[in-house]
Amino acid sequence: MSEQLQSDFDKIIKTSTFSNEEIQSKKFFLKKFIENGFPNRKQEDWKFLDISQIIKKNISDLNFFNDYSLPNKIDTSIFVDGLEHNKIIFINGRIEKIDFNYEDQNKIEIKDEIERSILFDYENSLIDLNSAFINKVFKIFVKKNYSLKKPLIIYHSTNDKMKSTNINLRLDFELGENSCLRLIDFFTDNTNKNFINIFYNFNLLKDSILKNYKIDKFINDNLKYSFNNIEQGNNSVSETFILSAGSDYSKNEINCNLNGEHSSAFINGVFSLKENQQHEIRTTVNHLVENTKSYQLVKSVLGKNSKSAYQGKIFVNSKAQKTDGYQLSKAILLDETSEFNAKPELEIYADDVKCSHGSASGSLNEDSIFYLMSRGLSYQQSKKLLINGFLLDVVEKITDSEIKNLIKNIIGLKE
Amino acid sequence: MREDYKMDTREKDIEKLKDYKYGFTTDIENIKAPKGLNEDVIKFISNIKKEPQWMLDFRLKAYERLKLLREPNWQKPKYPKIDYQDLYYYSAPKSMKDKPKSLDELDPKLLETYKKLGIPLQEQARLNGIAVDAVFDSVSVATTFKGELTKHGIIFCSMSEAIQKHPELVKKYLGTVIPVTDHFFATLNSAVFTDGSFVYIPEGVKCPMELSTYFRINASETGQFERTLIIADKGSYVSYLEGCTAPMRDENQLHAANVELIALDNAEIKYSTVQNWYPGDENGKGGIYNFVTKRGLCKGKNSKISWTQVETGSAITWKYPSCILKGDNSIGEFYSIAITNNHQKADTGTKMIHLGKNTKSKIISKGISAGFSDMTYRGLVDINSKAKNSNNYTQCDSLLMGNKCGAHTVPYIRNKNFDSNIAHEATTSKISEEQLHYCQQRGLNPEEAVGLIVNGFCKEVLQQLPMEFAVEAQKLVGISLEGSVG
Repeated sequence: MSEQLQSDFDKIIKTSTFSNEEIQSKKFFLKKFIENGFPNRKQEDWKFLDISQIIKKNISDLNFFNDYSLPNKIDTSIFVDGLEHNKIIFINGRIEKIDFNYEDQNKIEIKDEIERSILFDYENSLIDLNSAFINKVFKIFVKKNYSLKKPLIIYHSTNDKMKSTNINLRLDFELGENSCLRLIDFFTDNTNKNFINIFYNFNLLKDSILKNYKIDKFINDNLKYSFNNIEQGNNSVSETFILSAGSDYSKNEINCNLNGEHSSAFINGVFSLKENQQHEIRTTVNHLVENTKSYQLVKSVLGKNSKSAYQGKIFVNSKAQKTDGYQLSKAILLDETSEFNAKPELEIYADDVKCSHGSASGSLNEDSIFYLMSRGLSYQQSKKLLINGFLLDVVEKITDSEIKNLIKNIIGLKE
Repeated sequence: MREDYKMDTREKDIEKLKDYKYGFTTDIENIKAPKGLNEDVIKFISNIKKEPQWMLDFRLKAYERLKLLREPNWQKPKYPKIDYQDLYYYSAPKSMKDKPKSLDELDPKLLETYKKLGIPLQEQARLNGIAVDAVFDSVSVATTFKGELTKHGIIFCSMSEAIQKHPELVKKYLGTVIPVTDHFFATLNSAVFTDGSFVYIPEGVKCPMELSTYFRINASETGQFERTLIIADKGSYVSYLEGCTAPMRDENQLHAANVELIALDNAEIKYSTVQNWYPGDENGKGGIYNFVTKRGLCKGKNSKISWTQVETGSAITWKYPSCILKGDNSIGEFYSIAITNNHQKADTGTKMIHLGKNTKSKIISKGISAGFSDMTYRGLVDINSKAKNSNNYTQCDSLLMGNKCGAHTVPYIRNKNFDSNIAHEATTSKISEEQLHYCQQRGLNPEEAVGLIVNGFCKEVLQQLPMEFAVEAQKLVGISLEGSVG
């Protein structure tokens, strides 16, 4: 694989216009990635779903070359109706359009240069891969005291030109003091067997609010990896919602550092998996100072041959007294062949804390089905009603009513 | 607690126990194998124990395998590298060379040692009705109550004796739960194990008394590698206790034991441990590395294995008593209290592997950390796709005292069967000011108040221990936390 990596890398350097400095740092990350390769089950974080095996099985020869010089046509039919929004359109690894038409242009600043801070000291080879092959990194600043009027939707799409290719995206966001951003990731991939590697970095200053909703609903054959790093200042709030249902393989990682007092993080997730899908959510919430709070709720409904994994970690520093951490994962297994894995982890070094986690998994309650059937519903209807109720619980946690309704419509959940 | 147990005697007790009271050494002449780990040492051990060829082959096979294995390093408590060539793998009191036929022939120094430890082997034989197998460094020195047990057809003897007298049983079961190809420490044990207890309960027999083993490390620079094998035949029942101590030394000593339990149809094994190896001094110097592999196999239908452990000693405890629930309707239980103070570290928990139908398991784990210590619960619940209608309930609670210590929970949950349920709960908290205030208001001093609250916290597990042990364990819980308040 390393020869292909090298030759694809050289091709990209030839066809694109990177500065010398950029090329040097890309070379560094390429070298690191070639050394480590794709993560496998020997690494603790990848124990449940081994990406290197999955890539081998689903995409035998992964292609790393992506011609960034050719623009792609924007297919407007993918746009979400009934909700006015700002757009970032990301097609085949190129950001084609950034559109903040609804906003005050002075309050938002977009830079397209790679910052030196790209050198993350994460031991994560997929981020190295991302850094080596990424086209352009945009950094979006939301200025002090500004709340975006409309949500921002990032459309992730690929068209027929792409096959068995590695696609990378990286965006940096900085939310100034007392600002607010609502961000929706909307996946509308229709081609197949690409490996999509997304890395977001958020910096939340004092009193800012970030709401990030990831919607992967439409069935596709892609493999997806997404990493969110969230740094939180005093009194900031982050809310992340993940709907994990569409891709063949998907892993969402959230790393949240609560650096400021009274900051809080909410992470909620829904897995709704069908045949042969394998999805994972891995969260790390680091409580680093006093009086911080985190809440996590993840629910899975697992169909035939599907597999979901939830690895959630709450870390409490010895300084972080008065921490409140909570974590709950629940799963319904619908078929003999479905599988649920969980590793809810607590690592605590402070004594005045309130931390708990819970996990429960099993089949649908036959008594409840019987109850509904005795009231005239069919078996299928009762089952559906119970599953919807089970998942609705998580969707109801969404604090933005506009977006909550949008997501309910997309999933087909009605009250 | 007994009614006539007055306050002042209690205080005196605590005073006496304040330091590690088992920290003395017995000055006794030893026979040791040459230092180091190689084929010759294994042959030496096998030879001195007059073992048959198949046993030596078993050891050598394990040793071959060991050469390929590397020490695991995924655990939370890290420790300095152990030089396996700088250890004695066999050490026995000289007087044990030709095994004494009865207690009367036993070296008086040994008897004295066990008396000091609170296990008077001679009186024990008459008084409190627990059969004891005492293991001193590498060999078993005495087993009491043999006559009574033989009447029921129960075999309770040292491992070396079992190899000589009951080779067919040992051959059939040894290494079936922990194979020679297991992880590093288990394989090391398979290669060099010296002694331990062997128990066989015949079909339909309910063992009339508690069986107990007492492990004692005495010699320096030795590792203790004992091996225990308990077989409960169809419809039988046994309750087995294990206790451990070691002298105070500045060096770290290795204890890598293997314990295998096998329960056949309708059989039940209850295994209780009070582990109080020397934990090292206040600054974390010395102490035992307790790297033990304990595994039970519920082989038959309706069988049950229950582990209860109170872990207060050792510099590092690293063990996961596990149950493989192979037989249909079998039950696995795990009750644990782990207390760490000063610089102690513990990484302990269990594995429940559900293979048979209608299998059930229950895990109750209570971790308490104080001082600069670190306590980790690590567990696995794995329900196989064939284990229809299985159930697991897990509860692990941690209590923290002070902000220099850590409490961690790392449960792994795998559910591959849609008929089965797994429920897991965990909490971490500290002793609340209100509770302390309430107790103090009623005249308890802060330490007593903490002792009371901690005992309440541990009650669910303490209840599982046999009477004699429960009293001792309750005291131990209090003592282990001495000086951690305020």
